[in-house]
Amino acid sequence: MTHMTMRRRGVLRAGAAGLLGLGVQSIFPAWAHSGSHGLRAELPTLTGQDIRLRIAHDMFKVGGRAGHAITINGVLPAPLIRLREGQNVRLHVENALDEDTSIHWHGLILPFHMDGVPGISFPGIKPGTTFTYEFPVKQSGTYWYHSHSGLQEQIGHYGPLVIDPAGAEPAPYDREHVIVLSDWTFLHPHQVMVKLKQKGGYFNRQKQTLLDGTMTAAERANWGRMRMDPADIADVNGSTYSFLINGHGPAENWTGLFRPGERVRLRFINASAMTIFNIRIPGLPMTVVQADGQHVRPVETDEFQISVAETYDVIVTPTADQAFALIAETIDRSGMARATLAPRLGMVAPVPALRPRPTLSMRDMGMGGMDMGGGGTCAPEHAAMGHCTPGQPAAAMQHSMRDKASVPASVDVGVGVDMIAPMPVDRTGDRPLGLEKEPHRVLTYHDLAPLVPFHDTRPPARSVDIHLTGNMERFMWSLDGRKMNEGAEPIRFERNERVRVNLINNSMMNHPIHIHGHFFELVTGQAHGHPVKHTVNVMPGGKASFDLTADAPGDWAFHCHLLYHMHAGMMNVVKVRPLDDGGAA
Amino acid sequence: MIRTLFAASLLAAATPAAAQHADHTGHTGHMGHAMPASDAAPSCTPEHAAMGHCKPAPAAAAPVRPAVDPSCPPEHAAMGHCEPTAPSSSGAVPTPPAPPSAGPSAAASSGPEYAADGVWGADVMAPVRKAVYTEHGAFRGSKLLIDRLEHRSVDGRDGYAWEGEGWYGGDYDRLWVKTEGEGGFGGAIESAEVQALWSRAIGPWFNLQTGLRYDFRPRPDRAHLAMGVQGLAPYWFEVDVAAFLSDRGDLTARLEAEYDQRITNRLILQPSAEIELSAQNVPSVGISAGLSTIEAGLRLRYEVVPEFAPYLGLEYERAFGKTADSRRADGEKADSLAFVIGLRAWF
Ligand SMILES: [Cu+2]
Repeated sequence: MTHMTMRRRGVLRAGAAGLLGLGVQSIFPAWAHSGSHGLRAELPTLTGQDIRLRIAHDMFKVGGRAGHAITINGVLPAPLIRLREGQNVRLHVENALDEDTSIHWHGLILPFHMDGVPGISFPGIKPGTTFTYEFPVKQSGTYWYHSHSGLQEQIGHYGPLVIDPAGAEPAPYDREHVIVLSDWTFLHPHQVMVKLKQKGGYFNRQKQTLLDGTMTAAERANWGRMRMDPADIADVNGSTYSFLINGHGPAENWTGLFRPGERVRLRFINASAMTIFNIRIPGLPMTVVQADGQHVRPVETDEFQISVAETYDVIVTPTADQAFALIAETIDRSGMARATLAPRLGMVAPVPALRPRPTLSMRDMGMGGMDMGGGGTCAPEHAAMGHCTPGQPAAAMQHSMRDKASVPASVDVGVGVDMIAPMPVDRTGDRPLGLEKEPHRVLTYHDLAPLVPFHDTRPPARSVDIHLTGNMERFMWSLDGRKMNEGAEPIRFERNERVRVNLINNSMMNHPIHIHGHFFELVTGQAHGHPVKHTVNVMPGGKASFDLTADAPGDWAFHCHLLYHMHAGMMNVVKVRPLDDGGAA
Repeated sequence: MIRTLFAASLLAAATPAAAQHADHTGHTGHMGHAMPASDAAPSCTPEHAAMGHCKPAPAAAAPVRPAVDPSCPPEHAAMGHCEPTAPSSSGAVPTPPAPPSAGPSAAASSGPEYAADGVWGADVMAPVRKAVYTEHGAFRGSKLLIDRLEHRSVDGRDGYAWEGEGWYGGDYDRLWVKTEGEGGFGGAIESAEVQALWSRAIGPWFNLQTGLRYDFRPRPDRAHLAMGVQGLAPYWFEVDVAAFLSDRGDLTARLEAEYDQRITNRLILQPSAEIELSAQNVPSVGISAGLSTIEAGLRLRYEVVPEFAPYLGLEYERAFGKTADSRRADGEKADSLAFVIGLRAWF
């Protein structure tokens, strides 16, 4: 208790101000205004050549309830690290935990042994020791950092990292706010994992029911036959999570200030363990200027989905003297994170209700663009294709949902693989799951164009397929049917080779796939060019391809960034060889 | 009457879709027809739109402004300094042929297997590497499920019954323990058994389970070798089918199935059925060859939390053939209907 009080005071003092005015008028209950924890206008910022970070056990409070957390320098999220392109940095990381820890610099181009993945890039940071990361800062943009040890990321071990460009900023702004999105659970992360293993769909409290009437009898039968639930959108969700913006729950209403007419840059970082968000600011169009730290040609939109580990920078220009709600609704609509942009403290804007939860379609089951819903009658164009007989219900799901012949023999279609997408299609141009029918503009990967062309214009010489695989009921996740602990063959690239990687999602879940140490060009086939990213969200039953220049020698982690998918085995190692330029390896 | 009720419930279970309206408003089966306008294919055909299956691609509303002329950024345009040119083309370009699928070159496999060993030392890296590989995928866990702990009343006589299972292990191999039994208050336990099984995952949804079963009741007690398959059948049926070979050489079998019909996310109707078969007469415990008993249950439970759910329901049991005769000889009826109230819990 004493410890907690002290800690809270420390946090308050560390912050620039106790920002949340206690007199905020809102619909939230009195306890939500307690304003006693971690309330600060700005994230504490660390800059310079030498940065000290201390990782320790701590308490974190949200919604009036306190839980065990891991914090860095006493705050959650961890302090904002602000660097400048071209500088060198030494980051001294002290481990005050009683277990190993690590920091991975997500999206940074650096020598592999500074990448911070225990067992792959370095030995990890033992309790009671300090490890110093040192590397030149070769890039600019919005990034983040987080633990790569165990499930520490779930309980607070993450923070934002912003690098200012050495030259002019291509997307100038008058003011900026860093928006760190995350999810918090009072359930111990190991308990979360056990629950997922004990009962398929444990956290989903919005499953298909008899009474919700959104599906026809034939559709229900189809899904039932597959032993799949079309409402299975997010493994861990609002039934246990509080969704945070800069460490604040929705009721605490983190507020970012602006002066009307200013160009305000919002640096969105999805530092969640498991939560994909849909971002919108009702009444305020957003101009996306960066994705994953890389400049894109400015593109205006009303809503975008940010998958786990992605970052998006947007510029908004509020001209009115009014508050705007910043809404980060979870992909399964089981909850939202919420903040406010306002000219003054204490202002609030109406918070829209959660929209109805989406359901998966046949396209999400890897049935390509075919209409195999089964509920409708047989449309003429379908009959023409031989899919159904006019006057009869459309033939449904005659395709095998687990045909081993659909994947190469190298994919282990065993206990851990409950589905092989029969006809996966490139979905990088699809609107994200659940936003298909929104009446307003919604960003897709096809809308992202690089501001400057990628430095390597060679066409890829070879392609490699990687199948994203899993078993929903047993909560097993893998690449090519093998969990990491099952001795998956590493993915090998020759140094500087240009290679196309095809990610084929043989599951009904989104998977944000991240490769360490490299950026890749996401193949969208668009005339305006291919966006450069470090993480790509591969839609259910779909495909995404990226072209990679393997220019970073060493061993690199490659994994799904949904923490519990990775922990369940959806990870592998990318090896780039030779290590030395022509010299002795 | 009871049989009708039960038949109806079985039917409801067999067609989980029963009682759903088939109206098309808001149905989601035609997602593929309502793809965003940015999609190349005009997927919402007029006839589908007319049927209300989809909305024609809102060409005017949906497109994101594809790109802004980089030579004329918005802030300059806003100041009237320049006129942004419309993006020349935002569509797809003819895609060059995909590169051939090929394995890594010899050079890609050159050098040390573990790059970090050269920096930090193999002796330092090896144990951490082993731990990290194990951490990503290896799982050990357990579950204890009290499926049924219930009070039964049959024709004014009160009794109890239990059924539960627990497991410990990983994704593929688990030690599985099952127990079930019943009795009347004030009397002896009528039946009680425990099974200890090795459970091996044999597919995405099914486990092969082999081990021992021991019947404490009815007397005389018996031991069995057990082998069965447990898992999730299409249409979400939980099934457990097993054969037992007793220490006296008797072969019997048991088929169980249950189905969870969610009425809401907390209120669940669970029809269930259990069939006992025997290859021969086992007079010592009053079982005859062929179909010996059928049990059918219908339970309505309320999940206060997923781990804790009280329920009430009906349990119908009927004996057949000589099994029924032997019950009558004992002064019992061949069939019975019980009202049950109980608890399902797990952790
Ligand atoms: Cu995943």
